[in-house]
Amino acid sequence: MDATTDKEEPTRRDFIHIASGTAVVVGTGFFAWPLIDQMNPAADTLSLATIDFDVSDLEEGQQVVAKWQGKPVFIRYRTKAEIAEADAVDLDDLKDPQTDNERLIAGPDGKLKPEYLVTIGICTHLGCVPLFDPNDEKGGEYRGWFCPCHGSHYDNSGRIRKGPAPTNLEIPPYRYMSDTLLQIGTEA
Amino acid sequence: MSGPSRYNPSTGIEKWLDARLPIIRLGVDTLIFPSPRNLNYWWTFGAILAVMLVSQLITGIILAMHYVPHPEHAFDSIQHINRNVNFGWLLQPMHAVGASMMFLAVYIHMFRGIYYGSAKNPREMIWIVGMVIYLLMMAAGFMGYVLPWGQMSIWGAIVITNLFSAIPPEAAGTSVTQWLWGGFAVDGPTLNRFFSLHYLLPFLIVGMVILHVWALHIPSNNNPTGISIKTKADTLDFHPYYTVKDAFAIVVFLMIFSWFLFFMPDSMGHPDNYIPANPFSTPPHIVPEWYYLPFYAILRAVPDKLMGVIAMFGAIGVLFALPWLDTSKVRSMRYRPLAKQFFFLFVLVCLGLGWCGAKLPSDLVFATGVDADGHAKGLTFVWFSRILTVYYFAYFLVILPILGLVEKPKPRPASIEASVLGNSKGEA
Amino acid sequence: MLKRIASFAVLAAFVAGSAIAAGPKADLKDVDWSFEGPFGTYDKASAQRGFQVYQEVCAACHSLKYVAFYNLTDKGAPFYNPDFPNSNENPVAKAIAKMFTVSDGPDETGDMFDRPGVISDKFPAPFANDMAAMASNGGALPPDLSLMTRARVDGSNYLYSLLVGYKDAPEGVELSSGMSYNPMFSGSKIAMAPPLFDGSVEYSDGTKASVDQMAKDLTQFLTWAADPKMEQRKATGWAVMLYLLILAILLYGSYRAVWRNVKH
Repeated sequence: MDATTDKEEPTRRDFIHIASGTAVVVGTGFFAWPLIDQMNPAADTLSLATIDFDVSDLEEGQQVVAKWQGKPVFIRYRTKAEIAEADAVDLDDLKDPQTDNERLIAGPDGKLKPEYLVTIGICTHLGCVPLFDPNDEKGGEYRGWFCPCHGSHYDNSGRIRKGPAPTNLEIPPYRYMSDTLLQIGTEA
Repeated sequence: MSGPSRYNPSTGIEKWLDARLPIIRLGVDTLIFPSPRNLNYWWTFGAILAVMLVSQLITGIILAMHYVPHPEHAFDSIQHINRNVNFGWLLQPMHAVGASMMFLAVYIHMFRGIYYGSAKNPREMIWIVGMVIYLLMMAAGFMGYVLPWGQMSIWGAIVITNLFSAIPPEAAGTSVTQWLWGGFAVDGPTLNRFFSLHYLLPFLIVGMVILHVWALHIPSNNNPTGISIKTKADTLDFHPYYTVKDAFAIVVFLMIFSWFLFFMPDSMGHPDNYIPANPFSTPPHIVPEWYYLPFYAILRAVPDKLMGVIAMFGAIGVLFALPWLDTSKVRSMRYRPLAKQFFFLFVLVCLGLGWCGAKLPSDLVFATGVDADGHAKGLTFVWFSRILTVYYFAYFLVILPILGLVEKPKPRPASIEASVLGNSKGEA
Repeated sequence: MLKRIASFAVLAAFVAGSAIAAGPKADLKDVDWSFEGPFGTYDKASAQRGFQVYQEVCAACHSLKYVAFYNLTDKGAPFYNPDFPNSNENPVAKAIAKMFTVSDGPDETGDMFDRPGVISDKFPAPFANDMAAMASNGGALPPDLSLMTRARVDGSNYLYSLLVGYKDAPEGVELSSGMSYNPMFSGSKIAMAPPLFDGSVEYSDGTKASVDQMAKDLTQFLTWAADPKMEQRKATGWAVMLYLLILAILLYGSYRAVWRNVKH
């Protein structure tokens, strides 16, 4: 009898201590979250995470630079000829093979909108901002963009064609809110 | 620490570490030491204060990540924390309300010390180090209240720093106020240095707390009977007996803290501090935070500027001498019927001084009639605070010293163990 | 034990004393607001109407500088919509932002330019600076309203009482030009002309826009503006209180278990 009581009692007694200890640990864990989360971007910073951009004022052949999360974003309204030229490139000629269509997204109707090309305007080599000129050599040999820092040439799909840059100009996450309204910063 | 060490390293790793850095031994001996077996809930406020200090440190360090100590941005950055920073709405009020809660706990802790004679031989150094902690808390609390740079912040800073203008420049060799301000008025440089010092002081407090606890481990805790520990039967190990009791008390205290924090966060503050600082417009009624009110009342009770400042600092200074002013051989007022009554009157006087500090000096405590011009007359708060101030100082300088010599204490139990076992017959 | 409780009550009263010391004005009208008490929440419909009052009446003179457009659709805010957990995506806030003109720049020629507001903007101030605001308002500065209900004693009741408190000046009170009589204002002479008249705005939800209704709606909106996280705070508070209560019970059990054979 005595032996059983001695054996059982500690377990029953310990239970309350285990419960209290667990509750303290769990509570501390919950309280740790605000202490960690306060270092994440605050609401005012997050409100700048996406921008809306209306492309209806853009003229054919023109490029506009929008500022998004502190980075330049190239939004280019390409001519029919430029689109055709981008489409015609042989993938074997490319350092970072990608078709022009792979670099576009669909509008609200589900069809690709090849006239608008959106890229992040930062050279993938060492971070300079490439120059734009579709008509002149200032825009590089492929009449897209040319990076003046170390001479990377991008074509009018933003793909690297010549020079030290390892990859094509990056495409930011964006989507079409309407036929002409882009939201940059959120995935489609 | 009292008694031999209770730590016996068992594994090889523990022995290895113990021979090189006996940190586990330090921890064990800090927590497992013999404490009187009869400590009541008034003894839990030490642990509550430790928790509050850690809470203030954590929230304070976090606030410093978002706060900008510049007159143009300080107020805005507090709003930024409350509106934009993730959980800022929780952490900023937690720090502000937490300061009030910490002072609430420290006052209970101090009153307990006075009542049970915890300041007296052999615990004088615990009390004095504790008073240094209290002074550092006052300084940290004052400078912290300036940081939001609202109307009460700047005007509190102006009024308090101007206390030092009572020191004649010839005596100090320079204008003390200009030196404090870093300019000709309370402005950017003042705010910036207050921020720096506000960040520093809590670490000094931590250092003093370590000394406070160290000093406590020499004679161990006082207890409600005030009788020294005589045998092992008088004691229990601090852990687990008092760790679990303190933990329970801490959680109850946190519930009170949470109630203020979540449901009435503005109750301890002043609405004027939601108005950005304006050095050209004084609010009609400046009051310090509630925990300074008794001293503020003493300051205003004295009609002379320098004497008022001396009285205010003297009110704190006299506490340092408490261990020697209380001349009674009996520690606990439980066995001192007269001292007990004077003590409760002293507590009421402190509360009354706090009440006076919150009122305009010319307001009436109660009206006795009207004067010739038809204005109500009666006891004004300034006169009420004068009466209370006299008692405050008399309590320490006259009542306690004389009472110890003339009062006949009640019979005390023979030992802590005897008091616990209900055997109150013992030494007289 | 009773003595302990009594002592603690005295100390608690001491704490509360400082708040009471500043005391609410006896003559403020005490409205039964939806946001009062530990369970109080904002009346969203009323706050939305209050926003309309702010926009159409107050915004001409008073800034709301700590409130951003994305705040309007946050959790607990007047225009919150659970379909848009990320308030930056909410079209209502975007549409409201667009109604305001924001000064931006400098552009490439160094000049500032005007553009429609976007979600990340704060409410634009009606005047370029305080001096301009004073010059346009007969020397009086229309205060920012972001924190108004917290910057006054019993702020929500104060604001409501002030808005409905305009009266004809009694015999013997001289009002200089541009001043109005309002006994709720300290000194009773206020530079703000009565801002609200029956029908000052037209509510789209059919609520009758009486002065009293508009004052209540505006107070709802500005109380939210001053304390936008109140609903989150109270909800969190109840969760924390519940947790602490359970923990206190468990620890009390632990305490009794540890001390069960010890006489003390």
